[in-house]
Amino acid sequence: MVLPSVLQPLAGGQSVLTAPADGPVSVGKLLDAVTSDFAVLARRLRDETGALRRFVNVYVGGDEVRRLQGLETEVAPGQEVLVIQSVAGG
Amino acid sequence: MVGMATAESFVLAIGTKKGLWLATSSDRQQWSFTGPHFLMSEIPSIGIDTREGRTRIMVGVRSEHWGPTVAHSDDLGATWSEPEQGAVRFPEDTGAALERIWQIYPDAEERPGVVWAGAEPISVWKSTDGGEHFELNRGLWDHPHRSEWGAGYGGAAAHSIVVHPAGETVHVAMSTGGVYRSLDGGTSWEPRNRGISAYFMPDPNPEFGQCVHKIAADAAVDGRLYAQNHHGVYRTDDNADSWNSIAEGLPADFGFVMLTHPRREGTAWVIPLKADGERIPPDGELAVHRTDDAGSTWKRLSNGLPAGEYNSVLRDAASVDTAEPAGVYFGTRGGSVYASADEGATFREVVSHLPDVLCVRAAVISGA
Repeated sequence: MVLPSVLQPLAGGQSVLTAPADGPVSVGKLLDAVTSDFAVLARRLRDETGALRRFVNVYVGGDEVRRLQGLETEVAPGQEVLVIQSVAGG
Repeated sequence: MVGMATAESFVLAIGTKKGLWLATSSDRQQWSFTGPHFLMSEIPSIGIDTREGRTRIMVGVRSEHWGPTVAHSDDLGATWSEPEQGAVRFPEDTGAALERIWQIYPDAEERPGVVWAGAEPISVWKSTDGGEHFELNRGLWDHPHRSEWGAGYGGAAAHSIVVHPAGETVHVAMSTGGVYRSLDGGTSWEPRNRGISAYFMPDPNPEFGQCVHKIAADAAVDGRLYAQNHHGVYRTDDNADSWNSIAEGLPADFGFVMLTHPRREGTAWVIPLKADGERIPPDGELAVHRTDDAGSTWKRLSNGLPAGEYNSVLRDAASVDTAEPAGVYFGTRGGSVYASADEGATFREVVSHLPDVLCVRAAVISGA
């Protein structure tokens, strides 16, 4: 999972977080795995109900997951997932 | 002089739409600033806790992208901390998610460590560890009126919390819902809005549903509080069982701010805006109004304020300190902050051209 630079300090300075997987996993499970050691990062991406924050976009295979199956969208082993903040604010 | 008590100094915290600025001063005239802290996050709430011999600044932080959180600093903003799991976190069974912290209220000196928070969605929280972890007040969260509370323009939130120094009586104001009172430390809550108008509802005098913008307690008179309503300025002398208008003598009864003196009976400040539909200072002339007789008469205070000002002052963008004489501070949506070291008799612009000012808090601290 590739993080935007603004979130990297919350992941110990890492730009890419990985998690072991034997097969496809959902975006939600991937988020659980890669943020398990980074609780503040987890809260920046999802609220306490588990929902993705409104202006956090997660891309799998070039598509934003809200246009796929949301947090149930499957990620294949080795596949890159991008976290990108949407254009918002003023 | 050697051997004298540590000199007083002052801290001023300014929460804006795009970050926090902090300032310190030894005389409330010249201020030394740091910031922005939390650049590009809004800071809608600040609490300065000077109990237990330390100065802890707590801030509600909200990023459009990354959501809300609460952070605190014990070194005047040099470093900030936030609990890993978040200071304010809705329990899973509520199915709710925190949107914004609207109020951070350190409790009385007698209850060190106790800090209250008001939030959106409408909720009240209490911390007993100095604001690091808060617990949801279930009495208000499970209140049967909840489904009928509404949202004001800024969102549906509990924005005012006033705790009696003895601890058992707590008043909360919410938009929209009005004033609720607990006589048992927050276990149970009853609406207390009799006399406060809700002109925007079919019944203008409902039991609840008012859009009370801010409440504050008279520090010297038990059971006396003041309210700035969505049109209407009120006082209660019976612990909010009934409210009476004290708007006569003001140029307008709309506004967001209500401040009270830290010690003196009958002294309160408001900053009127023309009307709901015209949210600017009356005639474009910014002024603070102070009463020294519990609202019987009002004095217009504008010495040092600019001529021609069309920005409003939001409900938490104003504060008093506890010095003698009390300092009065406020900021505008145009990014100017004004300070008075003489209870409003004269103001000085201490900073200008900041982003919209959402919250101002000031406190007396020990040492420079």
